[in-house]
Amino acid sequence: MACAQTTPTVESTKSQASQAWVGRTIPRVEDPPLLCGQGTFVADIAAGDNCLYAAFIRSSVASGRLVSVTAPPGVHLVVAADLTAKPIRPLLLRPEYVPIDMPILADEVVRFVGEPVAAVFGRTQAEAEDAAEQVQVEIDRLPAVVSVADALADGAPLVHPVHFPTDPNVAIDARRETDGFHAAMKAADRRISIQVSCGRQSAMPMEARASHVSIDRSTGRITLTTTAQMPHVIRTGLCDSLGIPEDQLRVVVPDVGGAFGAKQPLAREDVVLIHVARQLGRSVAWIETREENFLAAWHSREQVYQLTGGFSTDGTLLCLQSEITSDVGAYSCYPVTFGVEALMAMNELPGPYACPEYSGHSRAILTNKCPVAPYRGVARPVLTMAMERLMEVAAAELGLGRVEIRLKNVVKEYPHRQATGFVIDPSSHVEALEQAVAATDFDAHARRKEEAAKHGRLLGIGMSVFSESSGFGTSAFAERKMAITPGYEKVQMSFDPSGNVVLRIGASPHGQGLRTTLSQIVADELGVDPSRVRVIHSDTDATPYGWGTFASRSLVIAGGASKLAGAKLREQIKAIAASMLECDARDIRLRDGNAEVTGTSVRVSIDEIARLAHHNSQLLPEGLDVGLDATATYDPKGTFSNSVHVAEVEVDPATGQTTILRYLVIEDAGVMVNPQIVEGQIRGGVAQGIGNALYEELLYDERGVLTTTSLLDFLPPTMAEVPTIEIQHLETISDFTVTGAKGVGEGGTMGAPAAILNAINDALASTGGAVTHVPATPQRVREAIRQAQRGKEESA
Amino acid sequence: MTENRTRTVRLQVNGERHEVNLEPRKSLADALREDCGLTGTHLGCEHGVCGTCTVLVDGKPVRGCLIFAVQAEGRSVRTVEGLTGDNNKLHPVQQAFTEHHGLQCGFCTPGFVVLAASYLEENPRPTEDELREVLSSNLCRCTGYQNILDAVMSAAKVMDGDQATIATPANEPSGTSTTG
Amino acid sequence: MKPAPFDYVQVTSVAEALDALAADPDQSKLLAGGQSLVPMMNFRLARPAVLIDINRADELNGVARDGGRLRIGATTRHLQLQNLGGDDALSSLLRRAAVHIGHLPIRTVGTFGGSLAHCDAASEWCLVARLLDAEISTASRERGVRTIAAENFFQSLFTTAMLPDEMLTAVALPLLDDQHHAGFVEFARRAGDFAIVSAAVLVRTVDGVIRTARVCLGGVSSVPFRSSAAEAVLLGQPWSEDGCAARVSAAAADAAATEVAPTGDMHGSEDFRRDLVRALVPRALAQAADSTRNRMRSR
Repeated sequence: MACAQTTPTVESTKSQASQAWVGRTIPRVEDPPLLCGQGTFVADIAAGDNCLYAAFIRSSVASGRLVSVTAPPGVHLVVAADLTAKPIRPLLLRPEYVPIDMPILADEVVRFVGEPVAAVFGRTQAEAEDAAEQVQVEIDRLPAVVSVADALADGAPLVHPVHFPTDPNVAIDARRETDGFHAAMKAADRRISIQVSCGRQSAMPMEARASHVSIDRSTGRITLTTTAQMPHVIRTGLCDSLGIPEDQLRVVVPDVGGAFGAKQPLAREDVVLIHVARQLGRSVAWIETREENFLAAWHSREQVYQLTGGFSTDGTLLCLQSEITSDVGAYSCYPVTFGVEALMAMNELPGPYACPEYSGHSRAILTNKCPVAPYRGVARPVLTMAMERLMEVAAAELGLGRVEIRLKNVVKEYPHRQATGFVIDPSSHVEALEQAVAATDFDAHARRKEEAAKHGRLLGIGMSVFSESSGFGTSAFAERKMAITPGYEKVQMSFDPSGNVVLRIGASPHGQGLRTTLSQIVADELGVDPSRVRVIHSDTDATPYGWGTFASRSLVIAGGASKLAGAKLREQIKAIAASMLECDARDIRLRDGNAEVTGTSVRVSIDEIARLAHHNSQLLPEGLDVGLDATATYDPKGTFSNSVHVAEVEVDPATGQTTILRYLVIEDAGVMVNPQIVEGQIRGGVAQGIGNALYEELLYDERGVLTTTSLLDFLPPTMAEVPTIEIQHLETISDFTVTGAKGVGEGGTMGAPAAILNAINDALASTGGAVTHVPATPQRVREAIRQAQRGKEESA
Repeated sequence: MTENRTRTVRLQVNGERHEVNLEPRKSLADALREDCGLTGTHLGCEHGVCGTCTVLVDGKPVRGCLIFAVQAEGRSVRTVEGLTGDNNKLHPVQQAFTEHHGLQCGFCTPGFVVLAASYLEENPRPTEDELREVLSSNLCRCTGYQNILDAVMSAAKVMDGDQATIATPANEPSGTSTTG
Repeated sequence: MKPAPFDYVQVTSVAEALDALAADPDQSKLLAGGQSLVPMMNFRLARPAVLIDINRADELNGVARDGGRLRIGATTRHLQLQNLGGDDALSSLLRRAAVHIGHLPIRTVGTFGGSLAHCDAASEWCLVARLLDAEISTASRERGVRTIAAENFFQSLFTTAMLPDEMLTAVALPLLDDQHHAGFVEFARRAGDFAIVSAAVLVRTVDGVIRTARVCLGGVSSVPFRSSAAEAVLLGQPWSEDGCAARVSAAAADAAATEVAPTGDMHGSEDFRRDLVRALVPRALAQAADSTRNRMRSR
């Protein structure tokens, strides 16, 4: 892949500095239709089509034997036995990974509440739901595994009848250890341990999942229009399941109402829709309800971390031991598998801190709950919380300041190879901490806190420091040993004869503004206005094979590939211009839509060049192909943006309610292509992190029934709960990416739970209580205070 | 099962008359989307919490998923499609949303702009706290809200400025015209 | 998430509504604001065969003084009460309760009478009705008009004393003179959420001494709970411009927290609900004093 990485010349970047679009906030090209109600979401397509609607009948028990599914005549019922499609089998090529099949519809056994057991159809959604009410499902209830403790208990029921190499229900059991770990831990002056945990999360995009399948009458080809993040990859998964070649299926992703990872996995429901659409020869749609979305559209982050740090008395972190469990639910998601949280948790510790020796143990535990999938940040919000709690506790025990201990331990020299093999590229951990200190005024906070305490009010401040891994290419994913190894992005760029640029990408943006940012990158490369660049994405018929949008990768990788393709096209344009203007191509620069001879007013418009390249190819210089197009691939190793978050909170000791008084983010995203979009990503991420920290949690009862199935029970923050988020930027130019840009899609979410939890515990310090589970709900805060009071009373 | 349950309902949407045939159980939001071809009103939860389906009935914001289309007979309904001017000019709220990056995926956006526009029309000079209270009615999962708040604050100034201009005849002595 | 099919009947008067209701009382539901009923229908947890829309029966809407009472029509919107004029203790209490109900679009549509008839344990209006000994008027074709005291009206979760053929037509609340001080506070996780616990207090003071006291709590039982223990603590205690002494309100809160027997659920454990009672009763009392002070100052 290195062939594509011909770094653009410095000359060209500088020569176009006068018109640089990169680095500017320009309005998003995506906005006008979305603002006017002219967006096109999947349900909008269904609303305008005379299609059938599907309703899925889902298991109401967590574990059981499916005895029968019946419906009265007239109801079009589809059950597992009606399907010929193969189960979905996500793969990791690791010795301890035992593949587990996910049937398309539950067959014989149901494994979680919400698992689809049948589908029915109607002319409207209402009629499909009417039909669903007539279906009788008989299930013999079996004992359910509802928690990690259940799963690991002696004689626990098996979620899958599979023999794992270690323990029953342990789907991943991964370890890694550096050679010097034990010696370092033994030699450490102080060993400090903490535990933190996170409740189950839902990504909860505002648009639930939706799919629409149509069949081309003349060819029989299938078009699946769906809410997806990886259109090319899910095509592979669907075709493998259906046993059809990939050219028979076109996957189109229109506007998508947020995804955050939850629309990355293949939806088993889509296989049923395709089956029925082909059988009936008519289009079929499924618009997931909010309740289904909570029940079955993937959960995340139900993790427990125990960390032990070996410190020297001066606060240097010498070694770290982790013990991590992830409750991953009943199945593995395609293609990233249920290893995604457990393995990331183990491998990305100790975050931004230099720690030469490390021992990690991480297990993914199967339970009779909804399967997990990536959700913005994946494991990193919790691992950051664990590391930052460790720093906070260590600082207190060692008598150091919270900033002091972090300054001592953050990575300072770059590139830095972590004990787990990750290479942290040029970043600004020290500068970010210093800037956070300067912007925060800890002394003023201390005064406010003291004053408030006189009136029985509890103030606290907390911080988090982290690196956000982003833009990972093939080599990084290959280390995870996924059977399907994502990483590269390939783009196709061409001019049409009128001089407009068409850029086709494999990434699949859904709210990130990538059409805008890529057009800015391309505009700089080609000396054209961004409005002349049209980006085509999310259609397997119209785009090069690519991996879609997830893991804060698209701007870095698709952006890098676009820059490289632009550089190639620039050279073609220059060659044509040189031939037209009878000069040397090296004297040509592209600016304001023209190719001009440097230092003169001699120029030819790029529009003319584009027309000539198509319509007068006889005039093209020798050796140039007709037309104007280029392809480029970019496959970087990966880059780390870095941040410091600071949260100041007030905790009401009587109700346990936490209010965020101030929230500050210091962010180093490298080159910001469009600063306003970068800040939008940060703020949106922090808001989700606030939800994770204080409000959102999916709860199961003791029988494995999800009790949080509506927005009355699962509580994302509103505008009243999310404070103003101050952002300050640093810009470290890393040569790990061709654009200098680093990914920032997930950082907000990663830093907020840690900063807020630390702030709450700082506020609670005078009570003696501490909270170590998020969301830190008022009830949990009250329990912590009450427990501390009881402790005091008992000891008194 | 459902035959003979349909009835003809006359809806006045964005100034246009729509005569639609539908079941009483059809929500106003669904009727707008499926029967009037106005798919700008989205559905996010269908239980009245997320606010994505907010539309105006007789100028007042309501959850489109919690009112049946039959109830809107004879009422005036306004949707996001009706905010844009005849010349395709964005409403000040829409304009402010793009300037302040008040949207990312755009799914919740119609509900927010409709709610904000109707509120500003009745309350031209809102405080930040008032807007936080009113706009906390709707959920957004992308933006973190701050840019939405900034956009609506900014739109308020623009709209208030417009109205002040209209309300002040050129020949009126200065100082006598107040809009607040 | 679409409701089961139903027949829709629109009425323009109470008489028409009663006729429609009498036709099949068990299978019919009145549709007022629908902000609680329709979500339940969308989940198919409620599936009336007939929906009788009373929104265009104008006689049901409005607020009027009627002797020593304030009469609130059944379809009076929450927003109308939030915007209610008047600088008396009752108007101010109603405004303070109204702002807690959902969000603006919900308050635009949702109704006072609907809230009482729905009888949700977290309902602001049920608590206010209980606090003020509201008199609830119902009508039916068979039974005619009945007036039910709030004490008897709320029977258990989602269950009132109304029979299937009856409709709630209006509610009468006593006007409160300047001897009265009322407060309403609640605790919810986020803006606009259903309260986990709410507290409403009303005291009448004569010459700086509490002569009558009412303490009502929401979220600690299936219907509004009147804490006679807290009331007993308050009776006879001095009341100044700042309300009662901190020691007194803390004692009242303790008494209430000990007296209640809440059931824990996923929104709040039994202990947490008691904690909230302890936190909210003093705040409601403080608000009562505050509210009076502000009223006097604005006059």
